[in-house]
Amino acid sequence: MKPRLVPYLFIGPALLLLVTFGVLPIAVALIVSFTDMNLAGLGDWSRIQFIGTDNYTKLFADRAFWGALSNTGLFAAIGVPSVVIASLLIAIGLNRSQGRFFRALRSFYFVPAITAIVAISLVWGYLFNAQFGLFNYLLSLVHLPPVAWLSDPLIVKFSVVWVAVWRGLGLNVIIFLAALQGVPKEYLEAAAIDGASEWRRIVSIEIPLLRFAIFFVTITTVIAWLQFFDEPFVLTKGGPLGASTSISLFLYQKGFSASQFGYASAGSVVLFVIIAAITLFQLRLRRADADY
Amino acid sequence: MPTTEPGRRRRPRASTVIVGALLTVGALVTAFPFLWMLFASVKPRGESVAYPPHLIPSEPTFEFFAQLFNELDFGRYLVNTLAIVAICMLGLLLMAAAGYGFAKFTFPGRDALFFLVLATMMIPGQVTMIPSFLIINGLNLTNTLIGISLPMLVSGFAVFLFRQFMATIPTEVLEAARMDGAGEWRIFFSIVLPMSGPILAVQVVLTFIAGWNSFLWPLIIANDQKLYTLSVGVSLLNQQIATNPSLQMAASTLMVVPILIVFVVFQRYVVQGFTLSGLK
Repeated sequence: MKPRLVPYLFIGPALLLLVTFGVLPIAVALIVSFTDMNLAGLGDWSRIQFIGTDNYTKLFADRAFWGALSNTGLFAAIGVPSVVIASLLIAIGLNRSQGRFFRALRSFYFVPAITAIVAISLVWGYLFNAQFGLFNYLLSLVHLPPVAWLSDPLIVKFSVVWVAVWRGLGLNVIIFLAALQGVPKEYLEAAAIDGASEWRRIVSIEIPLLRFAIFFVTITTVIAWLQFFDEPFVLTKGGPLGASTSISLFLYQKGFSASQFGYASAGSVVLFVIIAAITLFQLRLRRADADY
Repeated sequence: MPTTEPGRRRRPRASTVIVGALLTVGALVTAFPFLWMLFASVKPRGESVAYPPHLIPSEPTFEFFAQLFNELDFGRYLVNTLAIVAICMLGLLLMAAAGYGFAKFTFPGRDALFFLVLATMMIPGQVTMIPSFLIINGLNLTNTLIGISLPMLVSGFAVFLFRQFMATIPTEVLEAARMDGAGEWRIFFSIVLPMSGPILAVQVVLTFIAGWNSFLWPLIIANDQKLYTLSVGVSLLNQQIATNPSLQMAASTLMVVPILIVFVVFQRYVVQGFTLSGLK
């Protein structure tokens, strides 16, 4: 074995897979988005026609696409602040004590993040059930009327977000906890000696020092919500009448249920551009922030 | 450090007790769906659709677990899922090798290639879903376990973690082994991998969790029921929500309990994995 080749042999296989399924797909999506590829084209490539920007024109005229886009915007608008603020508060609370009890509590918050989404969505579907679900029973105990959690076009949006927030907390709590452990104890002690209240120490010392973690969690949470898929897919299949269809779910339906690969690829490209633009925007904000 | 030790240390302050109580309530609310799932999985059907609902089953039964395996082929789904987890463990070796290559060798194009690895972390899975399907289809690998596993085999993030960790292995150790005439692969398998215990443990646990839970991709690639994974099988039970919640809860329990066990046993590594990612 030639020594100069050795490093390439080590990185080769992993890199090949990463390029094939991580980088190449962007190019494939772009090319396919200019064609009318569908199930027939999948079997016989000669039946694929180049149709220019037709898919994009059609996409921007598709009310279902705009519906999915605005749903995704709404999901992110509710989901991102909820996840970031709640996980920050929980992490600050959990960080108050290193005792055994507090450490045991951490696991409870973390478990939803690692369990299978299909399994937990089924459980939530059961709790949300309009006839025998627990939530409506709890409402009836306080004399409130039953709620159509998954079949009302407005309420369903909040139901799927609720499940996703519940699932999204754990990971971010862990990230914030790791960051909180990096806050120098001396700062907090010095502030305590100077008579700063607890609240004051949290607001003036811990939160400013967590700036990077908050930024990181916000950026990853925004991206995660733009890709929101699992909860509506399992709980509602995007219904009723598309009320809980996210962009990702729209792409899945067009691509795999309707086999319109060209059309769905155009949607993928649009999603990619949106995610890239938002990420770049956030990075720019971050840079402005660092200058200050 | 322990503030809860009775007697010698001062008692925890009132504010800590209040925060602890609030967090306990939150933790119970968070864990409640799992508790509900466990109890509901052993409720006879009549009890699971009874109104008002009860948490604790009065006549527990394991018939639905038996039904999953006897009538619904969950045994096969379980084997498929374990096969995918096993294949993903092979992917782990590829990623470890790549991490080592990036950490301990200098070669033309290294920085550019490593940047490429990092760039793949930013590309969302839903964007690559359709093209990846077309690629797998072009390779004639749809409806194969290999096709299901290939795109899940490597992640840029794991390569990054391996590289970070392996950069801390002293180069002298590797040089000494080379002097003694050890081949490059031998160095990798008998020196580098054993020295990477902590990061390997993290990755094994994360890989197990990811492989076990993988849902969307197996759903897309497996059209043949013989290749369904547990997650795909469980999602198909969704149509039965109105008719048989107990069966669904039994299937959910089957998926969740192994992960809970892995989590409880290897909790330290799971958390370490997220800490190691250098998010400070």
